[in-house]
Amino acid sequence: MITIKEYVRVKTLEEAWQLNQNKMNRILGGMLWMRLGSGMVNTAIDLSELGLDAIEENEEEFSIGAMVSLRDLEVHEGLNCYTNNAVKNALKDIVGVQFRNMATVGGSIWGRFGFSDVLTVFLALDTYVELYKGGIVPLEEFANRKADNDILVRLIVKKVSGKVVYSAMRNQSTDFPVLTCAVSNVNGTYKAVVGARPAKAAVYYDKENRLINGETEEARKMFAEDVAKVANTQSNARGSKEYRTHLMKVLVSRGLVELGGLDGN
Amino acid sequence: MEIKLKLNGKVVTGHVQPDTVLLDFLREKGCLSVKCGCDTSNCGLCTVLMDAKPILSCSTLAVRADGHEIYTLEGLQEEASEFVGFIADQGADQCGFCNPGFVMNTIALLRENPEPTDDEIRAFLSGNLCRCSGYDGQLRGIRAFLDSRKN
Repeated sequence: MITIKEYVRVKTLEEAWQLNQNKMNRILGGMLWMRLGSGMVNTAIDLSELGLDAIEENEEEFSIGAMVSLRDLEVHEGLNCYTNNAVKNALKDIVGVQFRNMATVGGSIWGRFGFSDVLTVFLALDTYVELYKGGIVPLEEFANRKADNDILVRLIVKKVSGKVVYSAMRNQSTDFPVLTCAVSNVNGTYKAVVGARPAKAAVYYDKENRLINGETEEARKMFAEDVAKVANTQSNARGSKEYRTHLMKVLVSRGLVELGGLDGN
Repeated sequence: MEIKLKLNGKVVTGHVQPDTVLLDFLREKGCLSVKCGCDTSNCGLCTVLMDAKPILSCSTLAVRADGHEIYTLEGLQEEASEFVGFIADQGADQCGFCNPGFVMNTIALLRENPEPTDDEIRAFLSGNLCRCSGYDGQLRGIRAFLDSRKN
């Protein structure tokens, strides 16, 4: 367990940002991953009084505060209606309900964890992060940046035309995934997002235009092969490099089959 | 740091360190049903209700509970007594160590979804680990309780 010298429930984002400029200080999300470390935190910065725990929906977008719990996302009717339950499917196997009541979307996204179901599914959507100083940045760009001392304020999911499907392979339910996979067609662009390779989720586009003339079985297979060719996999305790690459082809192909059966937005 | 919260319906105060976890605070206050099983936020043994939601007290800073309402099994005896006998009748409790966490999360499940299907029960309780049983006894017990309510 980490050691914490001081705890501050900040009143403003500016106060949080000022405190966060000191590298010995840390912003708390759900604190579930952070607490497993053994380091020392000078000041633990708690954002829970800043009203960042709400999901707002309007005609154009979903605005998801950084302190929204994974459970609130999982059961959010509007978000699951828009994503055809892809968000729920991505979150429902993360440990347990109690854990998901605590883990925050801000903590999950900020951590850019390799095992993240959360990052995988949001990368498949038209998603942006709002940073306190850095402004609004596409999630894909943010995911590839190194962590700095800014603050993730909220996630924005644009309601664009499209559809998305999520699946993951776990050796045992509620364990870390062996591979995560989201497939989507957003604004006419196909993408496959594959995480837990075990590296963090990355986006693979249909550069060869395999799917441009329709999602035929042959096209799906070729796109899945393309993804597996460029997506780097590694071995760890949960699965070998070869197994992951094989799984990737299966999950991308299956995802596309399911995607083809959806009506879309 | 001084904290003040409502524990099982009563206002309690206490002095905690910034990194004291809620589990330790609650046990100090005599809530010995709250136990630490895994210490990695996985087993569900330390489940308590914070503002009516089930959370893991081993992974929650006590200071974060300041100003909130906490319920442990000690404060929910009556609600628990409605169904725990049905679980015991199935022989689901063997060593019994996981029982309080299971009961707390079952209370949360039944409040949120009074008529769950078997799959909904399994999904909601998947974060409560039991190393003696195969979970079937608990499932049968909850099902028997739900059936008894219908009859």
